[in-house]
Amino acid sequence: MSPVLSGVLQLTALVAALALVYRPLGDYMARVYSSEKHLRAEKLIYRLIGADPSAGMRWPAYLRGVLAFSLASVLFLYLLQRIQGVLPHSLSLGFTAISPDQAFNTAASFVANTNWQSYSGEQAMGHAVQTLGLAVQNFVSAAVGMAVAIALVRGFARSRTGELGNFWADLVRGTVRILIPISVVGALVLVACGAIQNFAGIHGIGQLTGGTQQVNGGAVASQEVIKELGTNGGGYFNANSAHPFENPNAFTNLFEAFLILVIPFALTRTFGKLVGNVKQGYAILATMGVIWLGFTALMMWTEYAHHGPALQAAGGAMEGKEQRFGVGASAIFATTTTLTSTGAVDSFHSSFTGLGGGITLLSMMLGEIAPGGVGSGLYGMLVMAIIAVFIAGLMVGRTPEYLGKKIGTREIKLAACYILITPTLVLGFTALSMALSSPPDSILNTAGNSAHGSGAHGFSEVLYAFTSGANNNGSAFAGLNANTPWYNTTIGLAMLLGRFLPMVFVLALAGSLAEQKPVPETAGTLRTEKPLFAGLLVGAILIITGLTYFPALALGPMAEGLS
Amino acid sequence: MNLSVRNAARLAGAGLRALLVLTVVCGVIYPLVVTGLAQLAFHDKANGSELTVDGKSVGSELLGQSYTLDKKDKDGNPLPDPKFFQPRPSAAGPNTENTQYKLLVSGASNLAADSKVLLDSVRQRRSDVAAFNGVAPSSVPVDALTASASGVDPDISPAYARLQTERVAKANHLPVDKVERLVKDHTDGRLLGFMGEEHVNVLKLNIALKELARG
Repeated sequence: MSPVLSGVLQLTALVAALALVYRPLGDYMARVYSSEKHLRAEKLIYRLIGADPSAGMRWPAYLRGVLAFSLASVLFLYLLQRIQGVLPHSLSLGFTAISPDQAFNTAASFVANTNWQSYSGEQAMGHAVQTLGLAVQNFVSAAVGMAVAIALVRGFARSRTGELGNFWADLVRGTVRILIPISVVGALVLVACGAIQNFAGIHGIGQLTGGTQQVNGGAVASQEVIKELGTNGGGYFNANSAHPFENPNAFTNLFEAFLILVIPFALTRTFGKLVGNVKQGYAILATMGVIWLGFTALMMWTEYAHHGPALQAAGGAMEGKEQRFGVGASAIFATTTTLTSTGAVDSFHSSFTGLGGGITLLSMMLGEIAPGGVGSGLYGMLVMAIIAVFIAGLMVGRTPEYLGKKIGTREIKLAACYILITPTLVLGFTALSMALSSPPDSILNTAGNSAHGSGAHGFSEVLYAFTSGANNNGSAFAGLNANTPWYNTTIGLAMLLGRFLPMVFVLALAGSLAEQKPVPETAGTLRTEKPLFAGLLVGAILIITGLTYFPALALGPMAEGLS
Repeated sequence: MNLSVRNAARLAGAGLRALLVLTVVCGVIYPLVVTGLAQLAFHDKANGSELTVDGKSVGSELLGQSYTLDKKDKDGNPLPDPKFFQPRPSAAGPNTENTQYKLLVSGASNLAADSKVLLDSVRQRRSDVAAFNGVAPSSVPVDALTASASGVDPDISPAYARLQTERVAKANHLPVDKVERLVKDHTDGRLLGFMGEEHVNVLKLNIALKELARG
């Protein structure tokens, strides 16, 4: 079998597995978020929180819940890292306290569902920070994203009310009924294939030729599974999902890609169910699916073609890739992780072909909506759908509407603010970092180090860092030394603003939609469940992203890939 | 004003309590349950898939390791031991992250496809590997020329294993066809016939080789 055919078959298997669970999981999630009943364990949790899970919240109250919870999370995670030095050795593994700027960066990163890491996992964080801090945020930051997405869906589904549901109930249900059960099963699958799960700490093991090799123990499988399922991406090890203890073989590799995609895709079914028309969900699914498949096919093509002087000399694009995965599986993982807000990697994007690196960048620049992060992918795509019906409305001179709600001045202003946030953060911070004198010193692949002498890849490293941060991805062109006060602070800010400002606009939009009364469907209504609309949506996404980022992409990956 | 301060405090309290409760659920109960189940059901794998020879640990089958001599080259890097199959380049040279599979930090070189440093080291590796194995430079496969993603890749391609057989057989005074047979027996195909790439686990191969050489 040729490597290309094997890549195509792996992609096919992945699509088949996703198709199999799409309906059951999507329907289940719809029931989770619309059920009136509370589990006994949940009632206990609500009592401990001191919240009434049945009280409806208007959008400002819902937002206040999101922000209060996330603020507490940032502070807790920051403190946990700062006191690591005084924790007992069994909890800290002997690692010292994390510096203030790096602790801020990491706290912002994990709470914002980004998992950008300016530290090396096995060389900085002990059991306490990894398990009590980082892994917990892998769960709850994902649950927050899903809660906000469900609130927006309720905005479409409900009328003449301002109430969007209860944040605490959505947070707890997403964690307890969706994320934890899948994680327990998934973690055991990973361990069965060789991922480690222990609390052994760092210890030496023998070698065939004598001597010892230092090996990290840890609760790796339990963290790995939620890192993928919650589209988080922060590796236990520096090598992330390329490390054999996180991702032991080609099956686990595909399984992890499946975990990344399963909730974001299935949420489109949940959306369809909750708005009372599953076909609306299929249109969104088709839009996401077309972009994901198209980008993955492009990635496979460029990686198998292995352009670039060093890769041509080697005879293949295997730098920064593992033998057990090869080029095809690595290409699938790379687009999957960047088109969602995951950022886990099984191969290192910085060593991809120039165009392959460009595809990972563009994937994030789309706003991570195809299928996007858990929750954030759905609400991001629904905002783009609003923009698309607005554009269609302008073409025919009709007030646009979507799912029976009028898209008026207020709605379109909120949607426009939403899509302006990340480009502003990405381009602003990248420009600043290139203009100042010391931040460019962090670049690994400098102009002098490039076969073309162009330095295009060095620029891409910085652009990638802020694109990854502001879009809450977390992957990196990891040559960049990001552990400096400048990058820790600016990327930290980009992650927080890139996560929570959009949520403000999404919830405001949800509140505004929920207050409206539904407009009856007429002959002039744009049929948003039809392929024509999905096509329009794909076009709108590509054009808006293209216009925003083309100059920056031209300076970086395109200059490298086309030279 | 007082009312809003009180409201803010109440909200902050709820946020903190929610975090603490969920920390217990997701950060204590969940990992302990998974660890318990994993240790019961998959004890060896949960602890790193260690292999033993004569009761002594010789490493994890999932992690690559180095097979070097005590002698060093002019740059201070230990020379490869001709008696063993050699893994992919990890560390030595451009990958400063992980020196010689010692596993202090895993990671990749992150060098770009148009990097001159990477280009030079690919060329260097091609001539080094060819000279070490006494083969034509053009026959060296890509995995022998590029550093892996993890820096501890346990596998090499069957092509790279085959390329090393003659040298290994000679150094161990073994017939070439026996070593070739060994490589064939240790070649893992794609999982289920289509997942990933064919590979040879270097540690398992070298254990079997040592056994064979011992007679």
